[in-house]
Amino acid sequence: MFKTKSLVSEIIRLVILLFSVSLLAFILITSAPIDPLTTYVGTESTLSPEARQEIAQYWGLNDPLPQRFFTWLGHLFQGDMGTSITYKRPVADVIFERFSMSFVLMMVSWALSGIIGFFLGMACGKHENSVFDRIIKTIFLGLKSAPTFWLGLIILTVFGVLLGWFPIGMATPMGKVSSDVTFADRLYHMVLPAFTLTIVSMGDVILYTRQKYVEINRSDYVLYAKTRGETDRQITRRHILRNIALPAITLQFASFSELFGGMALAENVFSYPGIGTATTAAALSADVPLLLGISLISALFVFAGNLIADILYGVFDPRLREGKANA
Amino acid sequence: MEELLKVKDLLVSFSMYKKGFHKYELEVIHQLSLDINKGEIVAVVGSSGSGKSILAEAVLGLLPKNATVTGEVTYKGNDIDEKSIRKYLGKDIAYIPQSVDHLDPVMKVGDQVIGVNGTKERQEELFEQYNLPKGTEEKYPFQCSGGMSRRILVTSALMGRPDLIIADEPTPGLDLKMALEALKDFRELADNGTGILLITHDIDLALGVADRIAVFYAGSVLELAPVEDFVHNSDKLRHPYSQSLIKALPQNDFTPIRGTQPYAGDLPSGCLFSPRCWLRDDKCAGNIPMTEVRGGKVRCAHAADG
Repeated sequence: MFKTKSLVSEIIRLVILLFSVSLLAFILITSAPIDPLTTYVGTESTLSPEARQEIAQYWGLNDPLPQRFFTWLGHLFQGDMGTSITYKRPVADVIFERFSMSFVLMMVSWALSGIIGFFLGMACGKHENSVFDRIIKTIFLGLKSAPTFWLGLIILTVFGVLLGWFPIGMATPMGKVSSDVTFADRLYHMVLPAFTLTIVSMGDVILYTRQKYVEINRSDYVLYAKTRGETDRQITRRHILRNIALPAITLQFASFSELFGGMALAENVFSYPGIGTATTAAALSADVPLLLGISLISALFVFAGNLIADILYGVFDPRLREGKANA
Repeated sequence: MEELLKVKDLLVSFSMYKKGFHKYELEVIHQLSLDINKGEIVAVVGSSGSGKSILAEAVLGLLPKNATVTGEVTYKGNDIDEKSIRKYLGKDIAYIPQSVDHLDPVMKVGDQVIGVNGTKERQEELFEQYNLPKGTEEKYPFQCSGGMSRRILVTSALMGRPDLIIADEPTPGLDLKMALEALKDFRELADNGTGILLITHDIDLALGVADRIAVFYAGSVLELAPVEDFVHNSDKLRHPYSQSLIKALPQNDFTPIRGTQPYAGDLPSGCLFSPRCWLRDDKCAGNIPMTEVRGGKVRCAHAADG
C-alpha cells in the first residue's frame, strides 16, 4: 500500500517544506517594524542605552540576519526552540500548552462539522432543489463567504452578551484556581468557539456531499442498481454512501489548513488561550522564536492532514489500492 | 403465445430550456407500439442516436425528472409505470445495460452480481456457465476486461431467472467470436422461454438472432414483422422505409435513398418518413395508426395497397 519509496519522498518533501516555512517566517518577522527589545523592556523603561546594547548583544540581535537564522536552526537541531520573549518561557513549553488547548477545540469542530455536514449534505442531495435544500444551501454559502472573526463576534454578541447563555471568553472561569477547574467548566467555555468553527468549516462538507450525492444519484450504476430491484434505501446504503464517503473523508482531512486559519481568528475573538492567540501575541511583540516555532508546528499539522488524506485514499479506494498492487 | 410486454402509443418528451428561460417540450419517442411474447427475441433496430436507449429507459422507469412518459405499458397484462415496475425489476424483468460503466466502481463484482435478491450458489453456477474464472467475484470492475464485464452484466441479469430481458446494445466492444457467443446465449435463453427485447443498431446481428424485428425510425416503430420478411429481399416488407433499409444493405442491392433521418424537435407531421418517401400523397399527412398487414404490424397509409 504505502511503499517505502513514497515514504522517503514524503519525508524529503516535509523537510523542504519546514525549511521554507521557517525561512519565510523569519524574513517576514525580522522585516516587521517592531523592535523586540522595546517590547521586551517596555517603551517607558529607564534602561540605559548601554544596558539595552548589552541585551541586544546577548540576544544576538546585532548579528547579520543569515547568521541569526542559522543560529536558530542550529539550536533547533539540538532540540532547543529558544525562549519566548512574550511568555518568558521555553518556546516548546508554550507551544505544547497552547497547542493542546487548540487541538481539543479543533478536533471537536472538525469531527462535528464532518459528521453533521456529511448528513446534512446527503439530506440536501436527496431532496435536491426542495425548500430545505435551498435554505441550507443559502445559509451555508453565506456562512462560507462571511469572515470568521465577524461571525465569531455575532455569535459572541448573541449567545454570550445578549442571551448570556455562555461565557464571553477564556477557557476557564475567571478567578478560579486552576486546580478547581472542572471538566464541565472547560466544556462550557469551549461551546461558543467550537460552534463558530464548526459552522464555518461545515459549509464545504455540506456543499461537496450534496453535489456528489446528486451526481452519483444520476450515475449509470445507480440507475442500474434500480433495475436490479434495489430499493432507494438499499441503493443509498450499498452505492451512494460508499462512493461519497471516500472523497468526503479525504476532503475533511485535507481541510486542516483552513481549520487552522479559522481557529486562529476564532480564538482571538473568544480570547481562548490557544495557539491562535499566542500567535497574535507573539507577532505583536516580534517574538521571533515563538513565531518560528508556531509556523513549524502549523506546517507540520497541515502536512499531516494532507498526508493522512493521501494514505486514506489509498486504503479506502480499491481502484488505487488494488491498482498499486497490480502495478 | 403468452404476451409478456406490450407497449402501446408510448410518448416520451423532455422539458428543455432554449435561450435562457424559454421552456419547450422535446418529443423523443412518439406513437411507439410493440410487443414481446414468451420465448421470442424482438430486435429494435435503428440508427445510433435515434432514441432507442430512451425506449428501454422509459419502460424501466429510469428517465430523469424532466421527462414525461405517456402511453400504455403492460407486463403480463398488468399496467406498469415508473413505480409499479420496481417490484418486477431484478426478479421478473432484467436489464442488460449498454456499457460496463453501469457497475459500481467500488464494489466487488461478486456482491454486485448477487445484488439484493440473489444467492452465492446461483452466482457461482452462473460464473461457471459463462466461463468467468474463479476469483472474478473478488475483483473490482476496473480489474475486469471488456468481455468479462459483458458476461458479468449477463450473469447479473440472469440472477433472478427473469421472464423478460431488456438488452441495450449488448455486443459493441466484443470481438466477432464473443459477439456470436453472446447471441447464442440469448437464443438459448429465448428457447427456454425468456422474452428478450434486444436494442441494437446492428441489423446483421438482429437478422441473425431475432424472431421479429421492429424498425425504429425518428423515435417511433414504423414496422414490426417476422425476421423472415427481412431476409434476402424487401418484397415482403410493408413499409417503404424498411424496404429501402434492406435494399441498402451491402449483401443486397447496396443502394441508398436520399435524405437523412429527421431529428427530434424537427419532425414532419403525419408519417415520419413521408418527406423521403416515393409513395407520398395527401393520405400521409394525417394520423396513421398501426395496422396489421400480412402477419406484421405497420404504420403506413399505403401498406394495404399491396
